[in-house]
Amino acid sequence: MNIEILYAIALGMISLGLVLAFIRLVRGPSLPDRVVAIDLVVALAIGIIASYAILFDQPVFLDVAIIIALISFLGTIAFAYYIERRV
Amino acid sequence: MLREWLVAVVMILGAGFMLIASIGLLRMPDLFLRMSATSKAATLGAGLVMLAAAIYFGDSGITLRVLAIIVFLLLTVPVAAHMIGRAAYFDGVPLWKGTLVDDLRGHYRTSDHQLVRDAETSPDFTIPEGVEGDDFLN
Repeated sequence: MNIEILYAIALGMISLGLVLAFIRLVRGPSLPDRVVAIDLVVALAIGIIASYAILFDQPVFLDVAIIIALISFLGTIAFAYYIERRV
Repeated sequence: MLREWLVAVVMILGAGFMLIASIGLLRMPDLFLRMSATSKAATLGAGLVMLAAAIYFGDSGITLRVLAIIVFLLLTVPVAAHMIGRAAYFDGVPLWKGTLVDDLRGHYRTSDHQLVRDAETSPDFTIPEGVEGDDFLN
């Protein structure tokens, strides 16, 4: 059995999680729910990047994961300030 | 050969934790329960998948990079979850109807968002009650 099938299965599981997170992102019901959903989407994107790097043997993609982890923290903090100042 | 199987096991374990986090985000009844499902399981899942990448490539530079990402996630995700939860509580996001105890009710001063020890029932200390679906996009 080819081991890459297992890598592809893991990538598919994370992609299914991305679909579920997007359903919550669309359905809402409040703005903090959507911010939490975006936070999870970014964490899943980091997982997808790592899986893709393993599946296609391309270690340079891991640099992108560092940048995304940095940017998502700043974005979440900015959203939290906005929600708190809004009321 | 053995290393590839180890990579596959760790990777599928991490992907499973991420899938559980997504199911929890979709199925849990209110925002705070959703946050408790996503912030922990997604961090563990991302950390395990990055660890699988470190085992797969077996290079010191990549291992250092992976460790930097894991440490950074462990530092930032709890801070971000705390700030979102605090902001959502001030915003009046409704709690689940099965919630038994709300220890913060009456302890936050709404004028400057400070936590005070003495509970009072004046309107200065109440957080507005939110309604489910109370949002500008709905």
